Amino acid sequence: MYLRSVANTAPDPVLTVKQVSVRFGSRRVLDNISLELQAGDFVGLIGPNGAGKTTLLKVILGLQPPDAGKVEMEGKVIHRGNSRVGYVPQKISLDPDTPMSARDLVALGLDGHRWGIPLPSRKRWAAVDEALAAVDALRYANAPVGKLSGGEQQRLLIAQALLTQPKLLLLDEPLSNLDIRSAHEVVRLVSRISREQNLAILLVAHDMNPLLGAMDKIVYLAEGRAAMGSVDEVVQSHVLSQLYGYDVEVIRVQGRILVVGGEAPLPVNQSISVWDEALTHVE
Amino acid sequence: MLNSLWHTLFAPGFFSSSAVWRALSMSAAVAVVSGMVGVFAVVRGQSFAGHALGDFGTTGASGAFLAGLNAVWGFLGVGLIAGAIMDTLGKRAKERDIATGVVLSLILGIGALFLYFDTTYRNTTGAPMTILFGSVFLVDPSLLPFVLCFDGLAVLLLFIIYRPLLFSSLNVDLARAKGVPARLISILFMSALAMAVEQSAIVVGALLSTALLIGPAAIAIRFTHRPGKAMLVASMIGIFSSWMGILLAYDSYNWPPVNRGWPVSFFIASIILLLYILSHLRLRMGTRRGKKVLQEG
Repeated sequence: MYLRSVANTAPDPVLTVKQVSVRFGSRRVLDNISLELQAGDFVGLIGPNGAGKTTLLKVILGLQPPDAGKVEMEGKVIHRGNSRVGYVPQKISLDPDTPMSARDLVALGLDGHRWGIPLPSRKRWAAVDEALAAVDALRYANAPVGKLSGGEQQRLLIAQALLTQPKLLLLDEPLSNLDIRSAHEVVRLVSRISREQNLAILLVAHDMNPLLGAMDKIVYLAEGRAAMGSVDEVVQSHVLSQLYGYDVEVIRVQGRILVVGGEAPLPVNQSISVWDEALTHVE
Repeated sequence: MLNSLWHTLFAPGFFSSSAVWRALSMSAAVAVVSGMVGVFAVVRGQSFAGHALGDFGTTGASGAFLAGLNAVWGFLGVGLIAGAIMDTLGKRAKERDIATGVVLSLILGIGALFLYFDTTYRNTTGAPMTILFGSVFLVDPSLLPFVLCFDGLAVLLLFIIYRPLLFSSLNVDLARAKGVPARLISILFMSALAMAVEQSAIVVGALLSTALLIGPAAIAIRFTHRPGKAMLVASMIGIFSSWMGILLAYDSYNWPPVNRGWPVSFFIASIILLLYILSHLRLRMGTRRGKKVLQEG
């Protein structure tokens, strides 16, 4: 009885991914993936390159229809352009001559999908400034976006994603191309926003180490299969070996986690990619 | 003394000639559209598409000449169709450029054939010159309302798609995730681009239509980093260059060989190039000064 009443009062998940599969031709990119995010969850979506992380994000965004299964946002089947979902795409590089100020870029998050030219509105700019303040970017609000650094541009994209007051924020590889210090800064920023706005975060990364202290749960994706839970539950040799389909070993060294490929019954280049992962973890 | 200077600058009859007024107003309208559309063409990396549209227009215009129609209809008709086809050729800019480049030579070949027929069968020796290098002084006055109408249409279209266009020019994936119909926007922009290019083909000719499209926009985005302002500045630079070009072409009537004015397009293209070089120089000096201040500070 007690257990059931707890189950009833548990909050409805913000995002539910139910048994999603995606095939590209004969290749299974995602194989029966299920996961759930609650409000305020900070979840790392971790896996080697080519594991299907970006595809999973595209399914959640409604950009890639799944071949099986479904995705629900607050109990409703997702659709493209949902204002409750914020999205920060993978490595955007803006041309230095892009004729846009930081404010212009962020404002697109508010009404970039609407027809016509924006009408002058104080409310619009107030909302933009609020989002800029949330990511500590007010300093360069009027700077041309093309002249800002990769890290600064990333903050603007996060601000842009926050404008519609989403319940879920998807970040695709926001830490790649950043040095370790900037990576930790982005993680701290996202983690703070998640707490302040009770926002569920799904952050894609190929290296879990910068996220270790910050994330509540991990979704580990390999070979199109996923395991979800706490880091201690998921990042274990036998769990990951099952995902990869061959033996891998999890090694913990000085507070860092390395995933080392074992004897892989796979083409040489694929086993090398696992070793690459291990090496990047060591750096 | 002042009077003679005035007459050196503005040759007698400049302000009283109806052909001059027509040229001034038409080129201004074309410059505004080209400048506004050009900013997006530059930002989206579609300068080559813009140039190709001008070349496609050549074939249309020479075909129209052959059929006894005004070149304007050939420019616009073929430009709009070619724009739609180019847009469906490839989703990525590189793919599109390669496909466009391959088709371009074939279409230009057909254009060359049409021009040959124009000069042999229809005996219109001026056709190649007019189509390729433009002749804003010779445009049929009855066409002015049509040209202005199409200009208005292109600007209206650009205003309607402004925000989603800006968004998808920044990043297509992001725009699509936010619900922007990126394919539709891309096709609509291609139509606006085709209209702008073919209009300027009338003024400066098909080969130089890119000058009015890309030049002013490229200069403008070096100086401003707001999209609306860049469009305004590009339009102003376009108007200035084409008016200066018309003035010089009118004056050149007295230059050797006397009584045969130089082509307007030559002047417009030269002025735009000159401004472009100046903008680079100024910007460089600006940054050097900026660095010096930083060092001293």
